[in-house]
Amino acid sequence: MLGALIIVFREVLEAGLIVGIVMAATRGVAGRSRWIGIGIGAGVIGATIVAAFAGVISQAFEGAGQELFNASVLGAAVIMLMWHNAWMARHGREIAAEMRAVGSAVSEGSRPLTALAIVVGLAVLREGSEVVLFLYGIMASGTSGSSLALGGFLGIAAGAAFTALTYYGLLAIPSRYIFSVTSWLIALLAAGMAAQAVQFLNSGGVLVALNGTVWDTSWMLSEGSLFGHLLHTLIGYTDRPTEMQLIAYIGTLFAMALLMRIARYSPREREVAV
Amino acid sequence: MRRLFVLCGIATILALAPTPVPAQDFAVTIKNHRFTPAEIKVPANKRVQLTVVNDDPTPEEFESHEMKVEKVIPGKSKGVVRIGPLKPGRYPFVGEFNEATAKGVVIAE
Repeated sequence: MLGALIIVFREVLEAGLIVGIVMAATRGVAGRSRWIGIGIGAGVIGATIVAAFAGVISQAFEGAGQELFNASVLGAAVIMLMWHNAWMARHGREIAAEMRAVGSAVSEGSRPLTALAIVVGLAVLREGSEVVLFLYGIMASGTSGSSLALGGFLGIAAGAAFTALTYYGLLAIPSRYIFSVTSWLIALLAAGMAAQAVQFLNSGGVLVALNGTVWDTSWMLSEGSLFGHLLHTLIGYTDRPTEMQLIAYIGTLFAMALLMRIARYSPREREVAV
Repeated sequence: MRRLFVLCGIATILALAPTPVPAQDFAVTIKNHRFTPAEIKVPANKRVQLTVVNDDPTPEEFESHEMKVEKVIPGKSKGVVRIGPLKPGRYPFVGEFNEATAKGVVIAE
């Protein structure tokens, strides 16, 4: 039972971290619970569908279907996170100011929520499909299944608790800084996802260039350990990155910073400055 | 002499060809949540592929942080996992859904 709990927890953890950060990043935006709820719901449904068609997906594109699917899901999430950060760069200050004035909810800004709802949906979809397959395997193997299944569901509960912990942990940050902190977290999250995506493309045989290992820090912090895994999800820590992963990581951070800079530079603000 | 020519020819083609030749393939089978063979010897510094055959009715996830792969292999089916180039060494892998029994190692040499 404990084994099942740990496996499921590990998968839910990744999606949970992302949900926690997204919730903190949308603090004070009206209707965000509904949007995030829709994202999670759609993700769970999607995960079940993906799990059901795992065989078909796997065999597609000469056996590289699963890799291409994962890379696309991650790529889409990276784009949505970029969009969100660019939007926040433009409107974050207003929202923060209004939040201080009004107290909590702000009516403005329902737009970035679609992007973040999609990110949540994609995260749940990717990690969730593995949980569904794992639990299906347990159920299908019968007899000893019930205690394992219980472990699996406890794992989901533990993952949800961790999401809450992430969220409330981030809320402890004063509201003045919260948007810059969550913007940074989202930028690192996106960079890590991009690095993961290029590795899937590599595994799929699509992007095999520059696949030498740049360094190996597995002796210090293994990606397989719980803390390593946590850092992997959070900031994209990889104990043996390839050159291409490094390029994708730095490239994403750079693109993100550039986009945010462009977004912040609004003509309206210039008038005020003059 | 002729062999030398052929070898030189092959080497030239290998050097010029932008798309790599099909990677050497190694088969591994999952049965009763165990890998056979549990030890796979592959050439180091080369891209190779593992064909993972899942003979169990339940899905399995072939996973190795060391080789940076994770791939779900549905029950009664097979999947191709592309790895490398690996430096000489031992690279453990597991079946994540049945980690207690499904363990193996790729040895690059």
